Amino acid sequence: MVHLSSVNHKDVVDDKLLNAVKKVHLELANDEDSFTSSVYGSKFAAFDLPRHEMPEKEMPKEVAYRMIKDELSLDGNPMLNLASFVTTYMEEEAEKLMTECFPKNFIDYEEYPQSADIQNRCVSMIGRLFHAPLGSDDETGAVGTSCVGSSEAIMLAVLAMKKRWKKQRILEGKPHDSPNIVMSSAVQVCWEKATRYFEVDEKLVYCTETRYVIDPEETVNLVDENTIGICCILGSTYTGEYEDVKAVNDLLVKKGLKTPIHVDAASGGFVAPFVVPDLEWDFRLERVVSINVSGHKYGLVYPGVGWVVWRSAEYLPKELVFNINYLGADQASFTLNFSKGASQVIGQYYQLIRLGKHGYRAIMSNLTRTADYLSDSLEALGFIIMSKKSGEGLPLVAFRLKPDEDRNYDEFALAHQLRVRGWVVPAYTMAPNTKNLKMLRVVVREDFSRNRCDALIADIKLSQQLLQQMDRESIKKQQEFISKHHTSSGKAKHNHPKYRNEKHSLQGKTGKTHAVC
Amino acid sequence: MSLARHVDPENIISHLHPDGKRQGAPGSHLTPYSTDYASQTSIPKYRIPQEGAPADAVYAMLKDELDLDGRPTLNLASFVDTYIEENAQKLMVDNIVKNLADNDEYPAMLSMSERCVSILAHLWGVQKGEKAIGSPTVGSSEAIHLGGLAMKRRWQERRRAEGKDTLRPNIIMGANAQVALEKFARYFEVEARILPVSAKSNFCLDPDLVSENIDENTIGVFVILGSTYTGHYESVEVVSKILDEFEERTGVDIPIHVDAASGGFVAPFTHAGTGSQKWNFELPRVKSINASGHKYGLVCPGVGWIVWRDESYLPKHLIFELHYLGGTEESYTLNFSRPGAQVIVQYYNLIHLGFSGYREVMENCLANARLLSKSLEAAGWYTCVSDIHRPISTSITAAQEVKEAVKSTVSSSGDEKRETSADYTPGLPVVSFRLTDSFRNEFPHVKQDIISLLMRARQWIIPNYALPPKEDGTEILRVVIRESMSFDLLDRLVTDLVQVTETLMGNDQADLEILQSQHERRRPKVKKGADDKKEGEEGDKGGAGGYKQAGKNVGKRMADGIHRSVC
Repeated sequence: MVHLSSVNHKDVVDDKLLNAVKKVHLELANDEDSFTSSVYGSKFAAFDLPRHEMPEKEMPKEVAYRMIKDELSLDGNPMLNLASFVTTYMEEEAEKLMTECFPKNFIDYEEYPQSADIQNRCVSMIGRLFHAPLGSDDETGAVGTSCVGSSEAIMLAVLAMKKRWKKQRILEGKPHDSPNIVMSSAVQVCWEKATRYFEVDEKLVYCTETRYVIDPEETVNLVDENTIGICCILGSTYTGEYEDVKAVNDLLVKKGLKTPIHVDAASGGFVAPFVVPDLEWDFRLERVVSINVSGHKYGLVYPGVGWVVWRSAEYLPKELVFNINYLGADQASFTLNFSKGASQVIGQYYQLIRLGKHGYRAIMSNLTRTADYLSDSLEALGFIIMSKKSGEGLPLVAFRLKPDEDRNYDEFALAHQLRVRGWVVPAYTMAPNTKNLKMLRVVVREDFSRNRCDALIADIKLSQQLLQQMDRESIKKQQEFISKHHTSSGKAKHNHPKYRNEKHSLQGKTGKTHAVC
Repeated sequence: MSLARHVDPENIISHLHPDGKRQGAPGSHLTPYSTDYASQTSIPKYRIPQEGAPADAVYAMLKDELDLDGRPTLNLASFVDTYIEENAQKLMVDNIVKNLADNDEYPAMLSMSERCVSILAHLWGVQKGEKAIGSPTVGSSEAIHLGGLAMKRRWQERRRAEGKDTLRPNIIMGANAQVALEKFARYFEVEARILPVSAKSNFCLDPDLVSENIDENTIGVFVILGSTYTGHYESVEVVSKILDEFEERTGVDIPIHVDAASGGFVAPFTHAGTGSQKWNFELPRVKSINASGHKYGLVCPGVGWIVWRDESYLPKHLIFELHYLGGTEESYTLNFSRPGAQVIVQYYNLIHLGFSGYREVMENCLANARLLSKSLEAAGWYTCVSDIHRPISTSITAAQEVKEAVKSTVSSSGDEKRETSADYTPGLPVVSFRLTDSFRNEFPHVKQDIISLLMRARQWIIPNYALPPKEDGTEILRVVIRESMSFDLLDRLVTDLVQVTETLMGNDQADLEILQSQHERRRPKVKKGADDKKEGEEGDKGGAGGYKQAGKNVGKRMADGIHRSVC
């Protein structure tokens, strides 16, 4: 039985509304700026926030705070974001420490000498972790610096390699106008940026349908006299697999080539030394001249810190290092940024001494176990696993659907379906020459516990069942709907029409997705 | 054994310490100070410890150690904001986990960053019909690299279209330029034409030298709105006119990038503005402007902004597109993952303070800076190199000025009308001063760096450094007035400066020499070991020539390897 309800006469409805509106106007306070009830009683709650031009008048701080806070609640839940490597959990004590250091300007060595000293300790610890040679004087021994992230670190490393190569060429009286760098086609977008912005040619080692990392033989064959260096990735962002740095190094040695290697250990630098300490990828190999690592990935610090270490000062040309005299103290600096917050560097030091090797190992081992568990479960669900297991790669799971099955949906549809459940699991098109292989990727971070892993597996199963029941047409429709309304970048208006659909990068040329890191 | 034996404190401690190694695993503890780190073991400095330690103990140790850092409020050397409103801090804490590069996950944050760009473009006078485009950066350094790179690429594109070579790009800047501008030239392989400064040009970019140094290979001119040495604004409009004339003569169009790191949030708000001159997008030649949110934008460190007047000034192939779960995002930055909380606080400030709020803060800073300048000159020992306290009609003599200063310090705030910066020479709220010539003749042994040192003993940080080349015989003391430098603190500062100077006048040369040598030893060993490298000689840049005026002096400064100003 349905509840019966009378249909009101039209006049009645209108009258009520009208009266209500009138009342509101009549009772409106005269003094619009003062508010006594709560921020929602102020006039600001009834207006849109200024978007394009600065307001003439100020706004009470409680109101501005609340309005912004409310708006930010539309941001995603970092815990369910399985797309990003970037740390989303830190201990309360670490947060407190970082909060206290917000106003500290990291570059201001004279004013904040202790913060600067803490950076030096971190460089020392990370350098030793990577088996950096310890020098007895100024010329030998590793040098390093903190950065905003691995992007800056990589740009600095490319600059150093380029400058060193150029100096050598000038010394030999040879032309130095077409430097190149050898790297995998699965590199992160900042490598493309670095080559573009600093005018270095890219020589790409393409992946194949079965091999998602560089082939050492092919890599070394690409090296010529204009090669400033080779980039090896410790933990590809697509499948998490470690590239065989040792093989590249040994081939170089065998052929008698002096080409330097830079290891992009953005994610792997804080995983491999703890999980697979015997894997030789770092300064133990003689051709490795520099390594970068992101503190805000498996270094377990909130965003804003990366590290780069050079084997010795010889690999960091002097003319790139600027000295700044400040209140009598000379400061050598090699950065693209200048003033920045000191919190993250302090956070890194906190984590290093708080956790110790034992703590990092415990966390990384747990992550590896969770990743293995997820791999096995997904395999049981019928997916093809593309990532490595048991510590042979980063703790992430890359998987795809079986190609031969008769099925109406693809990886992207599954990703969209999971999005509706709140999970952000990205779908990618792999690096070029892999026949546009599609894949899904789950990054296992510190806060991704076994319990949440189970919830994810259940949701994947559910989404698959749902998609199986739908026909091709409705899947397409739903996908369009989700990408328009559920994903934020689909809704966004900020995309600039002029720069849309660029054709100059690997993504523009081949359809590879620039993986998020 | 010589008397002046150097004592290494770390050595002594490690000798006297009973046992360097920690015994066993950290057990239970009552307070952080009952753990091993309190006395038995030194906190790990150079390698990761095998075992970890309790969170509260590590927190306490680090917090205590960080107390040795200076006090941000008393640091008068830096432009970087140190005051943070409680609500702003709450927003920072709430959003500390957010990654600005993760557009898809944090759409609300992204839209705030968009709004900031839009607000700033309007603030800097973007013209109707132009599609301004911009980006948040980590700071002005990144912004300058991006602005310079866009200029270089535009120049290359134009030269290639004309069928000419692109081998020798150059860029013009004054010798007062902040280190980031020189870094850009070095890292992106552009010849830096660093023009010497003089008293005539207020120790800023000299427009007369600009016309002598530009040619078809000039990718652009960096004009600095607010020199870090003296706070003077460089005359963008005059440079623009010179470049207009050059274009008429030769057909070569040279753009201007305005480095408004400090001035971008001061000039638009103050009554003085930049005087009668234009500096922003109202001048068609100004193609891009950068500013630091963490300076007078009143946000804590980690945010800067760059805006191009129109998308056509940003070459297309510098932009990378990131596809992500159905969405697309363009990116032109040197950094990728980085904190986004500062951008949120910038938006908070913009709408919380509004135009009038920012105006009040900036006017207060300038008023305090004027007061300090006048007090220093009234004391009679110092003369100001900065000009913000000088009325626009600068015909009055120094004596009159002193009288006026005394009057204005004495007269209380009950005046009929509060004076604004409009009556004075425009500039940043910076006071650069030095000892007068007569004082130095009378007390030749009193050096300015001792004043800096003695002020340090009273917790104030006031740097002393030489002016840029050609004028580097002159040393200045510089005080940056930020919003936290209130009237009360200013009062203390003037008292302390007077006391310190009087003390010095009463001391003889021998005492001061001892003090100075102590100071040499006390200097903190930052970036020790192999990291501490001197910048090399000019390297590949030196031979290129091209300086018509600069020549040796530039070389000398670079050979010294020293960039004196910090921002």
